[in-house]
Amino acid sequence: MLIDERLEIETPEGTLLTLSLAGPVPRAMAYGIDLVIRLVVFGILAAVVGVFGNVGTGMLLISLFLLEWFYPTLFEAFRHGQTPGKKFMGIAVVHSNGTPLSFNGSLIRNLLRTADAFPLFYFLGFISTLISPRFQRLGDMAANSVVIHVESSASAVKPDDSSATPPDWPLSREDQLALLAFQERHAQFSEPRQQELAQLAYPELSPPLALQRLKGVTRFLVEGAR
Amino acid sequence: MKQAQFEQRYRPVWESLEDQLKQLEALHVSRRKALPLDQFVTDYRQLCHQLALTRERGYSLELQQYLNNLVLRAHRQLYRYNPPLADRIGDFLARGFPQAVRRQWRWHLVSALSFVLSIALVWILVHQQPDMVYTVLDENSLTDIEMMYQPNEDGGSDIDIGRGGDDDVMMFGYYIKNNIGIAFRTFAGGLLLGVGAIIVMLFNGSFFGAIAAHLINVGGDEPFFTFVIAHGAPELTAIVLAGGAGLRLGWAIIAPGPYTRLNALRLAAKDSLPTMYGVFALLLLAAFIEAFWSPRDFEPVVKYSVGAACWGLLYLYLLFGGRHGTGKG
Repeated sequence: MLIDERLEIETPEGTLLTLSLAGPVPRAMAYGIDLVIRLVVFGILAAVVGVFGNVGTGMLLISLFLLEWFYPTLFEAFRHGQTPGKKFMGIAVVHSNGTPLSFNGSLIRNLLRTADAFPLFYFLGFISTLISPRFQRLGDMAANSVVIHVESSASAVKPDDSSATPPDWPLSREDQLALLAFQERHAQFSEPRQQELAQLAYPELSPPLALQRLKGVTRFLVEGAR
Repeated sequence: MKQAQFEQRYRPVWESLEDQLKQLEALHVSRRKALPLDQFVTDYRQLCHQLALTRERGYSLELQQYLNNLVLRAHRQLYRYNPPLADRIGDFLARGFPQAVRRQWRWHLVSALSFVLSIALVWILVHQQPDMVYTVLDENSLTDIEMMYQPNEDGGSDIDIGRGGDDDVMMFGYYIKNNIGIAFRTFAGGLLLGVGAIIVMLFNGSFFGAIAAHLINVGGDEPFFTFVIAHGAPELTAIVLAGGAGLRLGWAIIAPGPYTRLNALRLAAKDSLPTMYGVFALLLLAAFIEAFWSPRDFEPVVKYSVGAACWGLLYLYLLFGGRHGTGKG
């Protein structure tokens, strides 16, 4: 079941933990959101410090420096690897062993941003994410970090009201997973398409019957015989 | 056990773990001691076990996904490392920084040589052939520079005239934004096979050499050197160190030695990060001196003595700081 945007790591407890890597598009969008936030903050500051004359200009220059270099670093180090833009896009930076990003790691990947932005519009970083098996830009490679999707939690399987029927063939683990996946996703398909898929399992039955039988078997898998 | 039974049995544990995670994620590390966390580790280990069971028994993908996310969140909370900051900063300044600089002396030497040699070369050229300065700088910026350092009637320079505390703060901000930005970019430029770092060294060296030699030619050398000597120590040193740290990165990619290129890069980044913290500290110091001390109008003797003390102390610190005892880098 290894799809290439998944990274499997083993935790010290011996469990395989699956990280789903974020590609260039959500990352670029998160960057765009952050850029807008930074511009707005800068705009507000610029409007406010005008009152303070040259001292204000000095403060403005310092805040410009902080916004450029430390905005991503501080957010990533202290807000679970997420800048506001990343949070909005549901992605986060972690070390490639799944542990939270340290301040040093965050600093390395953000200091090296200039190299990724070379020569224009993050060209080198973009190429690097395409080549790297873990979608890492150069800064990520040096910091040993990856950007992952942090998904919202899912709900439990909701079996529908068909009656539970035991399967009439020796069920392998793959079959079981396929049936459960079908149960989870069948609402995405139209009724005829569901029936068509069900007929793959029961070619001898009529389409509506095949679907009903399949749902019954799935219910049996989830709940057992009642 | 069927999936529904399994879920029914363990869902309370997962839900309590979710609640604990919410608490943990909301609190800063230092304030977590107050939380009752005895149950957290036990629950987490059970959860890992249940995730493995879920996979082995082929329960639904959605359940696997849910448990996987829960493990991921708990894992991120459990395995974090945040020792107290003040101790680390003290230890870093006392030992870590000079040790890191000496550990990478080869790269800093190369960086320093490219900087110093380009200064010397351009300096000699402009000194021999005053018009050569126009190949490095255009006329407008030269006029600006001449205006700034031209001695006026009372022997002082224009730098201090009409400049109050307000301007000092403004220039402080300007130096921070500009110089530290340059140093960080130099470091990142090193990643491009070292080329970026070397180019910054050569360019900055040429500019400095050209300006210095030109001002000697037109007689503005005293205001110039009394201005730059003190903050030059931390500022020029920091730029050279940033270049050296960048070269270290570039070299890790060109010649990774016994490691894969990826691992060599990681090691190099880890190795040169202390230098970059130090560069940051040095440039803060430089901006402070440059904004609040350098423009003050004192006797040249005073300015030169303070400048010499800056250079002397800085290099004593870098060469001999932390020779005894082990720093954590």
